[in-house]
Amino acid sequence: MEFLIGFEGKDFVFLASDTSAARSIVMFKQDQDKMTPLGKNTMMAMCGEAGDVSQFSEYIQKNLQLYKIRNGYELSTKGMMNFTRKALAEALRKNPYHVHTLMAGCDSTDGCSLYYLDYLSSSVKVPFAAHGYGAYFVLSLLDRWHKPDLTKDEAMILLKKCMAELKKRFIVTLPAMMVRIVDKNGIHTMPPLLEKDYVTMDTVQDGEPDRSIVRPLIL
Amino acid sequence: MSRRYDSRTTIFSPEGRLYQVEYAMEAIGHAGTCLGILANDGIVLAAEKRNVHKLLDDVFLSDKIYTLDDNIACSVAGITSDANVLVADLRRIAQRFKLSYQESIPVEQLVTNLCDIKQAYTQFGGLRPFGISVLYMGWDKHYGFQLYMSDPSGNYGGWKGTCIGNNSQAAISMLKQEYKEDETNLNDALKLAIKVLSKTLDTTKLTSERVEMATLTRQDDRTVITILNSATLTKLCNEYEEEKARLEAEKKAKEKATPSKAKK
Repeated sequence: MEFLIGFEGKDFVFLASDTSAARSIVMFKQDQDKMTPLGKNTMMAMCGEAGDVSQFSEYIQKNLQLYKIRNGYELSTKGMMNFTRKALAEALRKNPYHVHTLMAGCDSTDGCSLYYLDYLSSSVKVPFAAHGYGAYFVLSLLDRWHKPDLTKDEAMILLKKCMAELKKRFIVTLPAMMVRIVDKNGIHTMPPLLEKDYVTMDTVQDGEPDRSIVRPLIL
Repeated sequence: MSRRYDSRTTIFSPEGRLYQVEYAMEAIGHAGTCLGILANDGIVLAAEKRNVHKLLDDVFLSDKIYTLDDNIACSVAGITSDANVLVADLRRIAQRFKLSYQESIPVEQLVTNLCDIKQAYTQFGGLRPFGISVLYMGWDKHYGFQLYMSDPSGNYGGWKGTCIGNNSQAAISMLKQEYKEDETNLNDALKLAIKVLSKTLDTTKLTSERVEMATLTRQDDRTVITILNSATLTKLCNEYEEEKARLEAEKKAKEKATPSKAKK
């Protein structure tokens, strides 16, 4: 029931993740941060098997930090992505990590990029992507509305559109979304996206039903 | 002197020296000269060819200069068989990095990796150190054009101009005088390399059979490593000879015009 979404805009990349940590029928917390910073300008969002997510994301983060300390500079986003992919691939036929990842970064040399990695360690650079059941609902929306040169405000509206769709059609509610933007200046945390921020966008309203559709019983 | 501390590499002498490492550097001092010069827009490696036998089959264009990856090349001085092993290692290190990160290895990382291997042979295992010094030239996006030199001890340094092999000290002092930082472009570096080599090689005239040269430059956002062919080399050598002759003639003309004070 976890959900990750990311898409590119003009010189930035948007990453949003849901904030629920739950097992079976129990919700542990509603403010779980599923994103890990990998460097000054690169960030990774990960969901999946509980222990694998924390173990693997920390492993990647610390190894990339070691690289930076050893060499005095960070790996590029592409390098970080390939390192992650290779770690997943090597573990795949021994002790696989069941994690879904989105990696976003802005390099001075390669510009901004978003990478989609799945638990079988396939990886691809994409303009937009999503993980989880929610992906089935939002990918078509992104197909329709995404443009490569979105501004930050337009990106936020697009995210709200996606969340409104999920609110309407997805069986599980996603009460809050953690939202972050990566650009050449670094990683910026936006205020969390709550239901009230997008619920007015043609979704079912709470409160009085629309009585005008109810025909009177006796004419 | 302290001969009984020589046989095992992994032992310090009473004076705190590692004799095997020093003997390895001795071996390199007898090998063919290699020199490298860093320019603003590229790097030059030049090496003295020692294997000039009439019966030798010229399969390889270059036997002292090797490409290690798209962005790095090197030149070796010392025991050739050791060089072959370490060049193979260097290439493997570079490709292993590419396998992990899908990017070319930054130059200093490659040098460091090899130097760690070389250092291991001076500390444990009971094996002799590698008898080669290496000059690396490369480009990466972090530090641009770089020239490194590593020796059998596993030490390395970044240089603007340096030399290894036979007569390297003479070459280095010449480079020290002649090298102009920030004002040397690739053509200047090529000319300077020829000049220094011809002075340090024990021949009267430098020909394209005695020397090999390679350059590393950036063109259209790609690193280009070129091993100069014999036509270009001959042209460079001839230009140097002409320049030398011209300077000689000027000097003679000056001496004629203004008689020296000693004659009084």
